[in-house]
Amino acid sequence: MSASIARVGAVIHKELAEFRRNRLIATTAAVLPVVFLIGPTASILDIKAGALSATLDTRVEYSLFLPLLVPVFVPSIMSAYSVVGEREQGTLEPVLTTPIRRAELLIGKAAAIFLPSAALGYVIFGVFVAITQLAASPPVAAAVRHAPQLPAALVFIPLLAAWAIWVGLAISARVSDTRVAQQLSILGSLPPVALAALMQFKVISPTFGLVAALAGGLLAVDCAACLAVARLFDRERLITGTRPGRLNEKETQGVGNAQGGA
Amino acid sequence: MSGDSAVYQGLDGTGAARTGQAARRLSPAPAVSAAIEVSRLTKVFGGRTAVSDVSFSVSGGEVFGFLGPNGAGKTTTVRILATLISPTSGSALVAGIPVGPDGAVEIRQRIAVMPESPGLYQRLTVTENLEYFARLYGLPRRSARIADALAAVGLADRAHDLAGSLSKGLRQRAALARALLNDPAIMFFDEPTSGLDPVAAHEVHGLIAGLRDRGVTVFLTTHRLEEAERLCDRVAIMSTSLRTIGRPDDLRRELFTTSLGVTVAAALREPNRVFGGLPSVQGWKAAGPPGSGPADYALTVSDVAQAAPAVTRALVAAGADVLSIAESRHTLEDVYLELIGDEEGGPR
Repeated sequence: MSASIARVGAVIHKELAEFRRNRLIATTAAVLPVVFLIGPTASILDIKAGALSATLDTRVEYSLFLPLLVPVFVPSIMSAYSVVGEREQGTLEPVLTTPIRRAELLIGKAAAIFLPSAALGYVIFGVFVAITQLAASPPVAAAVRHAPQLPAALVFIPLLAAWAIWVGLAISARVSDTRVAQQLSILGSLPPVALAALMQFKVISPTFGLVAALAGGLLAVDCAACLAVARLFDRERLITGTRPGRLNEKETQGVGNAQGGA
Repeated sequence: MSGDSAVYQGLDGTGAARTGQAARRLSPAPAVSAAIEVSRLTKVFGGRTAVSDVSFSVSGGEVFGFLGPNGAGKTTTVRILATLISPTSGSALVAGIPVGPDGAVEIRQRIAVMPESPGLYQRLTVTENLEYFARLYGLPRRSARIADALAAVGLADRAHDLAGSLSKGLRQRAALARALLNDPAIMFFDEPTSGLDPVAAHEVHGLIAGLRDRGVTVFLTTHRLEEAERLCDRVAIMSTSLRTIGRPDDLRRELFTTSLGVTVAAALREPNRVFGGLPSVQGWKAAGPPGSGPADYALTVSDVAQAAPAVTRALVAAGADVLSIAESRHTLEDVYLELIGDEEGGPR
C-alpha cells in the first residue's frame, strides 16, 4: 500500500502552520537568514576595486560559506521541535491512532522542513549574488560569479538541509525536551558543514569531480539516515520509548520503500 | 456507527440533533456481537509485566469501565487495542478485526481514542485541529463534518479560537469533537475527567452518555469509581491481571452480603425476638453504640424485597418507633477496595 499524498499534504500543511506560529522557529527562520546575508554582503561590498587578489579570495570564500549555515541551522531548529513538540502537547498519541502510516508522517514532517529550508538557502544565495552583481565593483562581481564554491554551495544546500533534518528528527524522536533537542540537533548537523567549510575555504579544492563525489557521498549518508530515522518513527517507540514488538515489526520492515504495514 | 451516515446528536444535551452525511464508505466490519474481544493478552516492557494474561469481551454499544490503580496496565491495554503498541502474547479483536499489522489501519479507521491529555495543537485553532485530523482520516465534506462535530459538543462558537486559549474542560470537548469526526464504532476514553473540575467532569459524563445513546461502544478507563458506577454497564477491575469483571450490582452481590439498615427511636428491648425467625433475615447486629437515643441495627438478609416488609411489621408489632429502613448499598468503591485495597496497602 503506497503512501497517501493527501495525508502527507495534511502533515505538511499542519507543520507549516505550527512553524509559522511558533515564536522561536519563526524568529530563527526570519533573523538567521538576514544575519547571514548582511554580513557576507557587506564584506563583499566593502572590497575596493584595486584590492589584492588574496584579500578578494578570502572575502569571497567567507561570503560564500556563511549563507550555507542557513539551510543547516534553520532545519535543525525546526526538526528538533517536530516530534518532541508533539510529545509536549500530547498530540502524538491522537495522531498515531489515525490511519496515517509511519512513512506518511515521516515524509510529511521532513518535507515541511526541507521545502522552506532549501528555498531559504537558495533565496539567500540568489539575493547575495544579485546584490554583488549590481552593487560591487566589476572585478569583485566577477570573482563572486566565477567562484567555484558557488555551484558547490548550490549543490550542497539541499544535501546539508536533508542531513540536518534527519539528525533533528532522530534526536527529537528520542528526547523529551525541546531545548535539549535543538541544541543536540545543531551539534549533530555540523559534521557535513565542516566538510563544506574545507571546500569553501579551499583547504580542499572544489573541483567538479570532488564536489560530485562528496555530494554523492552525502546523498548516500542522507538516505541511510532517512532509513535509520524511519525505524525510530515506529508507533511503539514514539509512544513508549521501547523497541517495537510483534505488531509493528512489519511496519519497520516496510518503511524503506515509503510503505508502512500499519 | 461506521456506516455511510452519521448523525451527531447534541451530546452536551443542549444542541439539536444534526445530521451529517459521511460519504466515505468503509468496507463493512465483520458481523460480530462483541465490539472488543481480548484473549490472554500479555505485554512485557523489558523485565516489567504491564499486562498479564487478560481476557474479556465488550459488547457492541456497551459502556465498559476499566478500573485499576496507577500502573495497573489500563493505558497499556488501551494502547494495544488501539494498535499503538503490540502485545507480547495473546490476541485481540477490535470491531471484529484482529489486532495485528494487517488490520491496524482498518481498526484505526473504526475507532477513536481520547487520551488523558486532550492532545490539541495549542497554536492552531479548534477548526484547524479538527481539519488536520479530518484530512488524516481522508474524510470528505470536511467543513460540514467539523461543524457538526463542534455543534455536537457545544463548541461551535469557539471554532476559531486557538486551542491553547481554551479552558481544560473546553479542550476536552474539542478533543471529543475530534474523536467524533470519523464516526467511530468504538471510542476509548483514557481518564477523561482527570484534572477536571466537577462541572467540566459532569459535562464529559453527559458527552459519554450521549455516545451511549448513539450506540457507540465506549471503553472507559478511570480512577473515579463513582464515574464508572454511574456510566458503565459493566466494569473490569484490573491490577496487571484481571481481578474481576461484571455489572457493578453483580460484583457487589458476589463480594458482599445484602443488608438492611434499621433505625428506631429507642433501642429494642429484645431485638432477638423481633428479628429472629423473620423470613430472609439471616442475622442482625447493633450498628451503633448503645445509648438512650435512636438505635441502629444492621440485618443480614438474603432477599431485601421479602425481608423489608416483614421487618417493618415486626417492629411495629413490637411497639418500636421506626425512623428508617433502607437497604445498605455497597458502592463500587467498596468492591474496588475489597479487590485492590490489600495490595495497595490502603484501607478496606
